[in-house]
Amino acid sequence: MRRIIGLIVLAVIAVGFILTFSQIPFGKDKIDVANYYIKKGIEETGAVNIVTSVVLNYRGFDTLGEITVLFIAALGLGAVLFVERKVQKRASDNQEDKTKNASLILRTGSHLLFPLILLFGAYIFVHGHLTPGGGFQGGAVIASGFLLMYLAFPKQSINKKSSSVVESLSGLVFVGIGLLGLVFSGYFLTNFLPKGIPNTLFSAGIIPIIYIAVGLKVGFELTGIIDDLLGRSR
Amino acid sequence: MIFQLILIFIMIILAVAAVIFKDLINAVVTCAAVSLITSILFYFLQAPDVAMAEAAIGAGLTTAIFIIAIKKTERYEK
Repeated sequence: MRRIIGLIVLAVIAVGFILTFSQIPFGKDKIDVANYYIKKGIEETGAVNIVTSVVLNYRGFDTLGEITVLFIAALGLGAVLFVERKVQKRASDNQEDKTKNASLILRTGSHLLFPLILLFGAYIFVHGHLTPGGGFQGGAVIASGFLLMYLAFPKQSINKKSSSVVESLSGLVFVGIGLLGLVFSGYFLTNFLPKGIPNTLFSAGIIPIIYIAVGLKVGFELTGIIDDLLGRSR
Repeated sequence: MIFQLILIFIMIILAVAAVIFKDLINAVVTCAAVSLITSILFYFLQAPDVAMAEAAIGAGLTTAIFIIAIKKTERYEK
């Protein structure tokens, strides 16, 4: 009986969704906001990648909120795992030497790949206003490079202090540039620097600076999450 | 178009397999494969930004976090 009722409810929801979605004109030239961004985006912000111009210029404040959410998530994870680690430390003192080294192939390969992965991540967030990608993607690539190093060398960890200094400084750069916009033009996160010529590296005003800060912040934050989960740095 | 349909079909099979598997490591690896195919589909839908984020976070970091969690708890579903 319950199954039949569940199926009926599912069918009602499915019909509702189909009726709703059939009303939306997908792919038609009707959405005003998107049309405005596509037509005026390059001219107003100087960023060739329209996604970047929306994320950091038209909706820059939302991005600041997004970064704050990520920061709070990392902070909460660290707080929860820190309490557990204190308890575990006494129990696992004598099995310290059980952690084996990774295989030769993984170690050599990670030596070769790690600088290339870092370079690729940096390329993605420095060129965020020109090519697809940006701060979040570049940061995730950098964090995956650090993850490779964590897998290859089980006894080592990043320097937690300097990584958190970089993280906090890049967060401050984002807020500071926003406040500078408030000083120069009267709005938070206004693009107060010259726009430059589109399609060149030094263009789009404050967007590259903010994306570099976002990339470093996301990269070191995700690395810190991996470090907390593995419970390695003491 | 046919290539994308094949990808979607494989994706559905992998997603069902991830639910069925009792060995959680297998389930996590199939989840990563679903993420990878999702990122390829995003690329075909002309959203390279989202494809990049999906490939790096969905297929890379999330898988690692799941595997760390499995390593610290239990490997087999009861």
